[in-house]
Amino acid sequence: MSTEIKMPQLGESVTEGTVGKWLKKPGERVEKYEALLEVTTDKVDTEVPAPASGVVREIKVQEGETVRVGTLLAILEDEGVATDDRTGTIYRAPATGEASDTQHATRDTQDPSAASQPPISPVVARLAAEHNLDLSKISGTGQGGRVTKQDVLKYVESRGKQPPSPAPSVAAPPVPARPAAPAQETVTAPPRGPLGAGLDALLPPVAETALPAAPAPIELPDDAELLPISAMRRSIAEHMVRSRRTAAHVTTVAEVDVSRIVAHRERRKADFERQGVKLTFTPYFVQAGVAGLQAVPIVNASYTDEGIAMHRQIHIGVAVALDEGLIVPVVRDADEKNLLGLARAVNDLADRARGRRLKPDETQGGTFTITNHGVSGSLFAMPIINQPQSAILGIGAIQKRAVVITREGVDAIAIRPMCYLSLTFDHRLIDGAAADQFLMALKAFLEGYAE
Amino acid sequence: MPEITLLESIRQGIDEMMAADARIFVFGEDVGKRGGVFRVTEGLYDKYGPMRIIDSPLAESVIAGACIGAAMNDTLPIAEIQFGDFIYPAFNQIISEAARMRYRSNGDWNVPLVIRAPYGGGIHGALYHSQSIEAFFCHIPGLKVVAPVTPYDAKGLLKSSIEDPDPVLFLEHKKCYRLVKGDVPPEDYRIPIGRADIKREGGDMTVITYGLMLHHSLEAAEELASEGVEVEVLDLRTLRPLDTDAILASVRKTSKVMIVHEDNLTGGLGGEIAAIISQHAFESLDGPIVRVCAPDVPAMPYSKPLEEAFMPSPAKIADAMRRLAAY
Repeated sequence: MSTEIKMPQLGESVTEGTVGKWLKKPGERVEKYEALLEVTTDKVDTEVPAPASGVVREIKVQEGETVRVGTLLAILEDEGVATDDRTGTIYRAPATGEASDTQHATRDTQDPSAASQPPISPVVARLAAEHNLDLSKISGTGQGGRVTKQDVLKYVESRGKQPPSPAPSVAAPPVPARPAAPAQETVTAPPRGPLGAGLDALLPPVAETALPAAPAPIELPDDAELLPISAMRRSIAEHMVRSRRTAAHVTTVAEVDVSRIVAHRERRKADFERQGVKLTFTPYFVQAGVAGLQAVPIVNASYTDEGIAMHRQIHIGVAVALDEGLIVPVVRDADEKNLLGLARAVNDLADRARGRRLKPDETQGGTFTITNHGVSGSLFAMPIINQPQSAILGIGAIQKRAVVITREGVDAIAIRPMCYLSLTFDHRLIDGAAADQFLMALKAFLEGYAE
Repeated sequence: MPEITLLESIRQGIDEMMAADARIFVFGEDVGKRGGVFRVTEGLYDKYGPMRIIDSPLAESVIAGACIGAAMNDTLPIAEIQFGDFIYPAFNQIISEAARMRYRSNGDWNVPLVIRAPYGGGIHGALYHSQSIEAFFCHIPGLKVVAPVTPYDAKGLLKSSIEDPDPVLFLEHKKCYRLVKGDVPPEDYRIPIGRADIKREGGDMTVITYGLMLHHSLEAAEELASEGVEVEVLDLRTLRPLDTDAILASVRKTSKVMIVHEDNLTGGLGGEIAAIISQHAFESLDGPIVRVCAPDVPAMPYSKPLEEAFMPSPAKIADAMRRLAAY
């Protein structure tokens, strides 16, 4: 068994040492703790004792040579005497001896692989993830060249003074994700529910769509208040940006005369009420969506590198606004429900979404999404696709407008409740013609609604 | 502001509280006529008489047990254990009776008792006059353990301990009795139990400590400052309950932490603090959590070089600080 003698670190800021005088020659025996060589630095001159008994087999660094801390100086061949020191090197401290049982701040020397690569401490790993840093670019001033917290902070500060550079890839070893806010129903983060497992496998891994390098730290004006970012907000932010980078977003708009829907609702809402269901406009649009998806199935598909996944089932997500964000619970098998069933499902999901009582898999597995931005007065919009779907339908505000009606070749002006439908679609798999065909199918369904 | 010793601040605390509340009395060996072997209660026997400064039998179980009973009957006893090393015969009374009384009576009974005990070494007290006893008691829910080591802290914490409705073990480092002096304001003040105190601010490393080691750590920190390393020294003051907020805030600030105590390494308070830090501030750590403590040797030796080998010193602490800073 052999023992390596390395250049010790003889002071807090000392990074190298000079071999002064070898006190033993190759072939000579040295006892444990006997002085083996003299080392000088600009702060301290000291003797280095042998950490174990043995015979000097090889001297690697000659007298007068200056080497970095940790450099191999010599090798001892020890004759079966196990060392029990916990430090890689020992040096004689200037003051009292080391009889106190102190835990030394060194790496676990039981692990042979530890010698090669200095470890990344938790705070360094966290800072690297937060600032999207390539740790291999930062020089380390810690033990054995370890990158310390101060090294990272100085690097970030100096980088902040330069113009932001293009995104470096994160070369650090995989960092565990920051723990999310504790113990809420994880209705926003993407848990893998059993029902939605197939679709969620289509989600591209986050690493492929890396976010750009963190911009230079912003200096807040004095009147700015910094609000903490909740888990939901972070999740929304990540999804929105990722979606825009993934799909080729195009929006097309159609105008629909919803007078028949309005009339139908007027007639039926009391009846629905008696059955305990409040009838809003949303279920009508979900029904229309089903009709459109059945007419133009490519809108119910997902783009993958292996091919376009045509989903046979129709699960429609309905966006619900919350105080602190938004969430999209999914109405499953929307094509198998009638208006009453859809109304009931939509109300129940929206209710539970607002009360934070959704089950995690109720936001998974949608094939299409509807967002009713019109309730707040918005006329039309360009919503962002809910990945991994291929399209999203925005329903604008229903407004009475003067429109031109042509009956038997005669034009007249009528007052009709009108509504813009904005369809954002993924141009990777859906072309404009198909998108418009879809919208026209919706329009026909709504305008031809049975009275 | 008058500068007084740790010992005088404790005497003042006892005196002022006894003057204000007739329910308070002191009970221990040699506390009365002798004024206490360390002279903490000197002069109080003449002032308050033998019914309030009571010389007890040489039996710690009686000291603790009688005071527990008295505390449950509308008095506020201050029991004194002459040397912390002698507390073990009282252990059963303190753990099984005092610590549990409120819990086991569902709040019907409480024990507003203070047990004072000098502890610690460095005075050639050897095996039976140098022990650190805090670890045993810090383990017990129902007990509070405080160990202030400056005159200002001691007086304020003693008053809070006397006013606390539950049992408090008040530890006084005997070497610091006369060694440590400080300013104590004449007005009436309190220091709350359960709050640590940053005795020295710094950004590079946190040292969590108490007792004589606080003063040693401050000395070591000055040495490191001249080498460009700024050490933050956190004086726990209360050992149970630990001020986890203060501990974690400091660790999150500096990212490197060392715990220094005079007690033996294994099973000492350092392990508990290290576990708390590792669990709650893991992502703030830039180095391993280090403990500088006495070795796992059965007692503090009498011989001077062996006693010095046993006790952490400013030099040993500074040495450990350097290693951690370099990591």
